[in-house]
Amino acid sequence: MSLDSQLQNNGVVVAKLDDLLNWARLSSMWPMSFGIACCAIEMMGAMASTYDLDRMGVFPRPSPRQSDVIIIAGTVTFKMADRIKKLYEQMPDPKYVISMGSCSNCGGPYWQHGYHVVKGVDRIIPVDVYVQGCPPRPEALIGAFIELQKKIDKESLLGELLFKEKA
Amino acid sequence: MDDPAQLSEYGKILIILLIGALLVCATIFLARLISPKKNNPIKSGTYECGEDPIGSSWVQFNPRFYVIALVFLLFDVELIFIFPWATVFGQSEYIAADGRWGWFTMIEMAMFIGILILGLVFVWKKGDLEWVKPNVSLPKVPVNIPQSAYSTLNNSSYQVRDYREPAVSVVENTVAQEVTAAPKIAFKPRFKKPE
Repeated sequence: MSLDSQLQNNGVVVAKLDDLLNWARLSSMWPMSFGIACCAIEMMGAMASTYDLDRMGVFPRPSPRQSDVIIIAGTVTFKMADRIKKLYEQMPDPKYVISMGSCSNCGGPYWQHGYHVVKGVDRIIPVDVYVQGCPPRPEALIGAFIELQKKIDKESLLGELLFKEKA
Repeated sequence: MDDPAQLSEYGKILIILLIGALLVCATIFLARLISPKKNNPIKSGTYECGEDPIGSSWVQFNPRFYVIALVFLLFDVELIFIFPWATVFGQSEYIAADGRWGWFTMIEMAMFIGILILGLVFVWKKGDLEWVKPNVSLPKVPVNIPQSAYSTLNNSSYQVRDYREPAVSVVENTVAQEVTAAPKIAFKPRFKKPE
């Protein structure tokens, strides 16, 4: 990224507003502190001192109003699906979803006999990054955030805003 | 510094305040301009940890909280005054210059705290610190189990066998017989491929 190299050289940065916005957004992705099942333990591990997701600007927020990312860490039951849908809707745009673990990817071990499990959280909310594993290691979650950073880097918020008709 | 063209120290603070206010207003205005707005009824609804909000948020609070909060604030602010007093007036140069200085500051703070303590005594005397507790009446349920049943349970003594004693051989025999019988599988997982 050209912005990063400019930051290394001197104090002056010349960039498009779009790039600047993307850089600011991908450097501080705040997930909602929201864990459903055992994957949440790995998520906590990723945020704690050993893996320290905070160095990437990932810092859990207590309210969907302040968060950019929602990590679906665990088994999504039908009872929980309403809540997840609601919490996702209450996040401000632009918002992203990381589906963490087999359960939220596709139902996991409950794919056949789990009468109570949603077979993949992408059936209720749009998912940006899937993390495989049961549960995934903290490294995998960090990898998901790096993938999400790549995705945000390619986006153009102002382009969507100004050229709505063309898109 | 007397030159009117020069900024005084207060002038610098004024400029910092102005620039600070301007920056905040500019960023909020910029966010209004460029942020994507996709509103819907769920998003503009109340956040209640994902639950549906029920009823009005205009609930009544007990006015006793107000008095407690006020008294707390009073002593909280008092602490804020004590810290600079301890660092500024407690400097050893002042005391070395005149020995009466230490006594003067000490008495001054004692008067300040004394007035506040008088207030606390007043509040205490008026009974504002006493929390009115609700009358809890324990529900009585008619149960046919007599109280003596519990006392026999509690008073019965159990014989504890010494763990160093060799295990009784009779027990071992029965266990061995049970093991020889083929274990029955209660649940066999089957995985059917969906057609």
